[in-house]
Amino acid sequence: MKVRMISQIFILSAKGDHLIYKDFRGDGSRDLVDAFYKKITTLTADQEPVAMMHEELHFVHVRHSGLYFVASTPVNDSPFTLIEFLNRFVALIRDYCGSLSEKTISLNFALIYELLDEMVDYGYIQTTSTDILKNFIQTEAVITKPFSLFDLSSVGLFGAETQQSKVAPSTAASRPVLSSRHEQGLKNEIFLDVIERLMVVIGSNGSLLKADIQGELRLKNFFQNCPAEMRIGLTEELCIGKSELRGYGAAVRVDECRFHESVKLDEFESHRILKVNPSQGELTLMQYQVSDDIPSTLPFHLFPTVERDTGSNRLRIYLKLRCDLPPKNQAVNVQVHLPVPKGVISLSQELSSPDQMAELQQSTRSVQWVIPRMAGGSQLSAFFKLEIPRLSSAALLEIGPVSMAFELPMHTCSGLQIRFLRFPTVQPSAPHRWVRYVTHSDSYTIRI
Amino acid sequence: MPYLGSEETVKELRRALCNPHVQADRLRYRNVILRVIRCMTQGVDVSGVFAEMVKASATVDIVQKKLVYLYMCTYAALKPDLALLAINTLCKDCSDPNPMVRGLALRSMCNHRMPGLHEYIQQPILNGLRDKASYVRRVAVLGSAKMYTQQGDLEIDGTLVNELYSLLRDPDPIVIVNCLRALEEILQREGGVVINKPIAHHLLNRMKDLDQWGQSEVLRFLLRYKPRTEEEIFDILNLLDSFLTSSKPSVVLGTTKLFLILARGFPHVQADVLSRVKGPLLAVCTSESRELCFTALCHVREILRSLPGHFGAHYKKFFCSYSEPHYIKCQKMEILCELVNDDNVQHVLEELRGYCTDVSTDLAQAAIFAIGRIARTYGEKCVVILTELLALKDEHITSAVVQTFRDLVWLCPPCTEAICQVLPGCEENIHDSEGKQALIWLLGVHGEKVANASYILEDFAENVKTEASPMVKMELIVALVQLFVVRPAECQDMLGRLLHYCIDEETNMAVRDRGLFYYRLLLAGIEEVKRVLAVPKSDPSLGVLEDRAVQPIDAWALDFNTLVPVYGKEQWAVLTTCWKSELNVEGTEPSKAEQPVSEEKKAAPSSQSDAGPLTLKLDAQMEPELFESQWKMLISAHVTSAGWQEDVHPDALQMALQDVSIYTIAMSKAGTEPWKAYLFAQEQEGQGLFLTELLLEPDKSAMCITVKQSNGQEESLRSFVALLKNVIELFVDLKS
Repeated sequence: MKVRMISQIFILSAKGDHLIYKDFRGDGSRDLVDAFYKKITTLTADQEPVAMMHEELHFVHVRHSGLYFVASTPVNDSPFTLIEFLNRFVALIRDYCGSLSEKTISLNFALIYELLDEMVDYGYIQTTSTDILKNFIQTEAVITKPFSLFDLSSVGLFGAETQQSKVAPSTAASRPVLSSRHEQGLKNEIFLDVIERLMVVIGSNGSLLKADIQGELRLKNFFQNCPAEMRIGLTEELCIGKSELRGYGAAVRVDECRFHESVKLDEFESHRILKVNPSQGELTLMQYQVSDDIPSTLPFHLFPTVERDTGSNRLRIYLKLRCDLPPKNQAVNVQVHLPVPKGVISLSQELSSPDQMAELQQSTRSVQWVIPRMAGGSQLSAFFKLEIPRLSSAALLEIGPVSMAFELPMHTCSGLQIRFLRFPTVQPSAPHRWVRYVTHSDSYTIRI
Repeated sequence: MPYLGSEETVKELRRALCNPHVQADRLRYRNVILRVIRCMTQGVDVSGVFAEMVKASATVDIVQKKLVYLYMCTYAALKPDLALLAINTLCKDCSDPNPMVRGLALRSMCNHRMPGLHEYIQQPILNGLRDKASYVRRVAVLGSAKMYTQQGDLEIDGTLVNELYSLLRDPDPIVIVNCLRALEEILQREGGVVINKPIAHHLLNRMKDLDQWGQSEVLRFLLRYKPRTEEEIFDILNLLDSFLTSSKPSVVLGTTKLFLILARGFPHVQADVLSRVKGPLLAVCTSESRELCFTALCHVREILRSLPGHFGAHYKKFFCSYSEPHYIKCQKMEILCELVNDDNVQHVLEELRGYCTDVSTDLAQAAIFAIGRIARTYGEKCVVILTELLALKDEHITSAVVQTFRDLVWLCPPCTEAICQVLPGCEENIHDSEGKQALIWLLGVHGEKVANASYILEDFAENVKTEASPMVKMELIVALVQLFVVRPAECQDMLGRLLHYCIDEETNMAVRDRGLFYYRLLLAGIEEVKRVLAVPKSDPSLGVLEDRAVQPIDAWALDFNTLVPVYGKEQWAVLTTCWKSELNVEGTEPSKAEQPVSEEKKAAPSSQSDAGPLTLKLDAQMEPELFESQWKMLISAHVTSAGWQEDVHPDALQMALQDVSIYTIAMSKAGTEPWKAYLFAQEQEGQGLFLTELLLEPDKSAMCITVKQSNGQEESLRSFVALLKNVIELFVDLKS
């Protein structure tokens, strides 16, 4: 039997440039990198790219931000271990360098080699824990700071403070979590994000066919030495499983949840409190799932009408979109994607407000309707006229299903809330704590 | 960056490294070294500055030290004499008071790939194993493995091995895991590290201290532990129970595999485990990481091999999302097809229908074929949907639908009427050769039910000169002859012209031969034509065989949580044929299921040589349809039987036979009575075919073997039968 190990790890840019190349066993050559690139770029659409075999090596790779992160192994290894390791590697690069791009990687290659050296020895994964790694990593990250108009917008008229400075700075997300040898004391911040992904299918008669939520509690800790155990209080009426009953009235129900191994759960049963001694960097505390039983109403409902002009080759599509969020919430970056019959040559549109936009995309044969912002309880409509030469009645089959993409800040569809985030004693250097909620549409499909 | 002119770069770097001003300024020095490393990453050969770099390693700056060590490890093999200089510095660093420096130096020293290294590293490694810092111990443990693998002929030092075994009780979890890995490499020739009862239970008890990588590694090592008693098995299962719901997919899957292997022989326990991991596995299937998601989907398919309805209630989890890449969508469609049942068929079909009009033609066709597969059980519903699609008059859709119809008519005769009604008109939208072949076949076989069949075929016959594909032409000849039998008046003229063209003008020999064949057949008289063409028009039984039979969990348990499901079993088999000898299926030792196969590899050549000069063709291929027609045509050449044992399961026989290039066309599901299998093999030279039927006697005392041969050569037949019997007998011996 061969021993489990990683032969090489390399990072390639989308164009195939070698950004990082590390050979752990001394038995590979750089030609393999090019062999990999050749393979990945000549794949046809229906071939699975996750694992590929070249001579006696298997390449397992993940893609992030257009970069290929590849591990090669000569043994028939557990794909889950390799992929999870690569994902963790990517997360660590992000933690250390602030963001992930070709530029950050080539600027920080020394740091990344150092990381790899500590993470993997002789092809064996040693550790990926930030707590252990931060003791060994000596190189400082080189930070790229893209010029952004947002930096200017926080300075208000005549220097007045604008509202933006009161909420968590948006640049917080793209700054290295782990290298804090300089500007110490500036970033005593802890972010707790409740992130939910929504997977919904609504039938053509408006009935709900599928509604799943994948949620997670993600902690981003910039605080170097966390002094004490942090206590996170979740909604007390949180029920786990179909049968559990807690509290009165509307309970928050999740089907299944899993915790990071560092989370202490002794007060979870009684008070729904998670206790954790957070290490620096990013940490997924809890993952949960809700299937087919969403307590609140769905965020969007769509009412489409499709008419065919008799006698002409014109199709009229009338879409009415209702946002059923509570009035104080809003949805941002809403995109409605409507596949249309082939052969469409032109689109004319009437939208209910000027900030919306709609266009015909020939490559995906669809109409894309973009709404930058939509308040809860509001209703928008769009009227499209499509010109289609040789329109057959069968072509109506090609319309739909509509898929939507959106983001719901400050809102969780499961209803899960963070009651508090606190340290046991008041400390002089207590970090700033932020709780953020966001729901993403992973897939939101409405059949017509 | 100078990819060309690397010599210039090296010169310039050397100048900078030697410059005393640079050396005095820590940051500038470090920057030059960084530039060297950058060149190294980009593939420029900077081994020329090795001597200067060795000097740079004598520094207190740890960052610089790390960079230089990285450089040295890469180029030591190229400059062994200079690397010796570095060894001195490294040895000194190995006794540095700072454990980080000690570890770093030891690791780098062991990574030097140069001959004779072990003399220098032996002592530092031994010291390192007893170091008080766990960081150094971790490095030293793996260092001992490096020492042995680099120096292949080094004799194994018993004290070192004992030391490593005792370090399995080290308080540091990473040291423990590294010990396992190191022992595995050092003792490779003796079959790797021994996992006996005390070690196994020690590891089990330490599991909770390990991180996820350690856990999955230990789980894999535990696979080779064979508990003695049932009680112990269940103790282990209890200890590991909590890991089934870990938040890390690799741990969940690793635990599942261990459970499946340990609980061999307890099918209900295995099924229970699989239902417990349903939740975690489904969560991975909807994970944000596409690669994880895909891998999980492949494993779901693996589970469905044995428990077809396992995820039936969760079919909605496999609905595709607009933004997913194709390879995930296709995988989900495959799964949806397998999860169909009376309750969800309507929903699944609606979902698949949505993909049929996708912009991507590949995806649209895959969706149509998926509906075709469901149609074998829910014919009516699917034919309605497929018929609707025809109205779109899209080339790729029409072609895929007609191909689906062809398969459906063959496997599911009740659909024939409905399909024949919608065929007219399709010909206008079919332009690819697969679609044409399917349509022509349908019109030929069921021409009497399609009103204007002869006109459609006439169009094809008229345009035969411009037709590029010989396959289409051959199909057309057959179809016209078939139609001629039922509608002679309409077809006679057209058939005459077609045959005339094929025989006189066609340049493709296969087409011409087929034309000649039918011409001569027609000369033999219409009765003879009818007799020859009276083949069955459908065979529902083949559908059952074509559907994957339910496999026992043990059939794939060993492949679980490996790359095999990711590549797909068939693809894996193709990939590994060339590397068979080198690659080994993951699994700690050749397990029961594998043993006979590997044994037979050795046995097969000898049996072949006894039996005479018969070489079978590797990777011979045969379509089930062709097999069936040949089987019906040929007469039995040899009937014999081989001994069988009641408790031996014939499923794994397929693998054993494959090793001697006898391939399975179809095989009954496990446990069906009577158990049957159809095999074929092809001669390397002479292209003679051997078709075989295996039939297990009801009392399982013997396997009846019926062989049919295509070219009637006595000698090769005898060799083939001998080979086959040999394999079967060996198989039975090893299994029982």
